[in-house]
Amino acid sequence: MSDAIDIRRVVKRYGTFTALHGVSLTIRDNEFFTLLGPSGCGKTTLLRMIAGFEDVTQGEILLFGQNIAGLEPDRRPVNTVFQNYALFPHMSVLDNVAFGLKMKGMAAETRRARAGKMLEMVHLSAFADRLPAQLSGGQQQRVALARALAPEPRVLLLDEPLSALDLKLRQAMRVELKQLQEDTGITFIFVTHDQEEALTMSDRIAVMSAGHVQQIGSAREIYEAPVNRFVADFIGETNLLEVDIVSVAAGTARVTLPGGHPLTCPSATDSLGKHALSIRPERLSLVAEGGDLDVTVERVVYLGTDLQLLTRLQGGMEMHVRIQNSARVTVPKVGDRVGLRIEEGAARLLAD
Amino acid sequence: MAGMVPDQTPSAAGDGYRRIVGPLLLPTWVVIGIFLVLPVALMAVYSVLTKEFRGGVDWQFSLAAYDQFFLNRGLFGDEPPTLEWTYITIFWRSIWQAAMATALCLAIGFPTAWFIATRPANTRGIWLFLITIPYWVNLLIRTVSLKFLIRDNGPLNEALMGAGLIDGPLPLVNTNLAVQLGLFYSYLPFMVLPVYAAVERYNFAYSEAAADLYASRWVTLREIVLPIVKPGIVAGCLLVFIPSLGAFLAPDLLGGAKTFMIGSLIDEQFKGSLGNWPFGAAVSMILMTLVMIALLFYARSTAKGGAA
Ligand SMILES: Nc1ncnc2c1ncn2[C@@H]1O[C@H](COP(=O)(O)OP(=O)(O)OP(=O)(O)O)[C@@H](O)[C@H]1O
Ligand SMILES: [Mg+2]
Repeated sequence: MSDAIDIRRVVKRYGTFTALHGVSLTIRDNEFFTLLGPSGCGKTTLLRMIAGFEDVTQGEILLFGQNIAGLEPDRRPVNTVFQNYALFPHMSVLDNVAFGLKMKGMAAETRRARAGKMLEMVHLSAFADRLPAQLSGGQQQRVALARALAPEPRVLLLDEPLSALDLKLRQAMRVELKQLQEDTGITFIFVTHDQEEALTMSDRIAVMSAGHVQQIGSAREIYEAPVNRFVADFIGETNLLEVDIVSVAAGTARVTLPGGHPLTCPSATDSLGKHALSIRPERLSLVAEGGDLDVTVERVVYLGTDLQLLTRLQGGMEMHVRIQNSARVTVPKVGDRVGLRIEEGAARLLAD
Repeated sequence: MAGMVPDQTPSAAGDGYRRIVGPLLLPTWVVIGIFLVLPVALMAVYSVLTKEFRGGVDWQFSLAAYDQFFLNRGLFGDEPPTLEWTYITIFWRSIWQAAMATALCLAIGFPTAWFIATRPANTRGIWLFLITIPYWVNLLIRTVSLKFLIRDNGPLNEALMGAGLIDGPLPLVNTNLAVQLGLFYSYLPFMVLPVYAAVERYNFAYSEAAADLYASRWVTLREIVLPIVKPGIVAGCLLVFIPSLGAFLAPDLLGGAKTFMIGSLIDEQFKGSLGNWPFGAAVSMILMTLVMIALLFYARSTAKGGAA
């Protein structure tokens, strides 16, 4: 597989404000790649630079090996599903979808047929003659998708396309989008600040914060082997414990847990001293004795499939624990002192 | 977002508000009655009365004014009637002049409005303010000063000759072009303001979407921008064209006998003992009817176009 997009040390400044601080990443052909990060971290900015709507202050962007600096947006084989759709308000749904084909010089008959097909694919054939203002948000979103896909771009950029939809529709669209990406083989660059969306759809994810890429990897890598506090905290829920490193070598460290128990765990750092240890709540289990941590139960929250326990260590730090709600578990009561066992390899030392 | 009903059309929500507003519109109807219906009705009545020689009218029904406009019965009024061309020519010339002035206003006004609307939001007010400053000066004075600017030994000709672009002065005063310039200068803000309002509301994400879908800048302007801001352009054109059609200051001051326009014709009918009130009223009625027909055609064509 070749690289669809190669972003090399790209910097973006607006006046004195730096929106992107030297971002580097490569996106492979046919990949579902997600840019994930909190609001304002520069996701849209990066996407707009790939599409050609923003100048690159420094660095370069290669599209299939070709430097696209100075190439106008209408010359890039890239289409965008905009954050707020930007459907042409004076054109029917069908004309919207056919617009890109018309610009590419396709004959009227053929492009109407193809636009009709695209509408069929997003289940909107019945709405072909409506104006965008006469559609619901979810329908507009699907028109925007059909419009961007119709000219068969090599890369499709999607800027939080699902954010305006309600939960049910959003979940359905996730599956549809993923399916569509696999069927068409088009490279998708998907922007979202919803980690669940990112985890369920992506081949790889770049986690961004404040104009920096924090980590790039598959959903599993990012969830199970976060490199730093930001990623561990932003993706899912985690417990961060300050621990002392006793020794570290070849990515494995020996640490002392609060309470004195020793632990061997994978490490993203190789320097000694105090570091943060990340442990996912669902990788902890309750034990009567022989636990790694001793805690007091403060609250039990019923979540349906799961139970969430809010517990506290002797030193005063909170630990969240998630256990499955099944007949086999004995639910502890508030005030109980229990032991927590850390699953083998589940705790991980972070770089900062 | 969660409770969104998928197929609700946005317009449905507005109906309730429209119903409540009904009785509150009464003052509007009164104002329209006094300032619109009444004057037009008066004019219609005057146009079918008999001319009184010292100006004014005799209250006696007569179609003489319309007869004078459309039919030529010879010098003594005793020949078989043929079509009278004098006034139709004046109408045609006026329409042409007004159309040229409108085109000029659009050519200059659209880029101007575009420029202002694309400035940072906090400086747009200043630009609009600057545009309106010349219009604080009385129209008569503005028109006269334009004449000074473009006359044979005025600054424009001097500058052009000084730059070596022309050998002798361009004869501008008393030409159709001078009148068009005058009309253009009189009504430019009426083009700039509505076009500005439309461009300012235009969402440039549409242009980005078009560029994203392989449209060049020119095609984007033609297929996306212009159709979307069209209501502003149409409003501007109407606001310039209609008063230009009936203008009399610019043609009187900047033009000559060959540039005589409807406004001047009407103006003359209500001046002193040479005037003819019923004829002036009739010319006004014919002018108004023409404008109305043009507007109706326009409304019909856009309604058929579907997109409103
Ligand atoms: N035209 C601009 N001028 C100045 N600053 C800008 C401009 N556009 C974006 N920014 C700033 O750049 C940063 C990144 O913006 P961007 O739109 O890329 O965020 P985002 O990650 O897409 O956020 P969101 O999830 O809210 O869409 C923000 O702090 C924003 O304020
Ligand atoms: Mg964004």
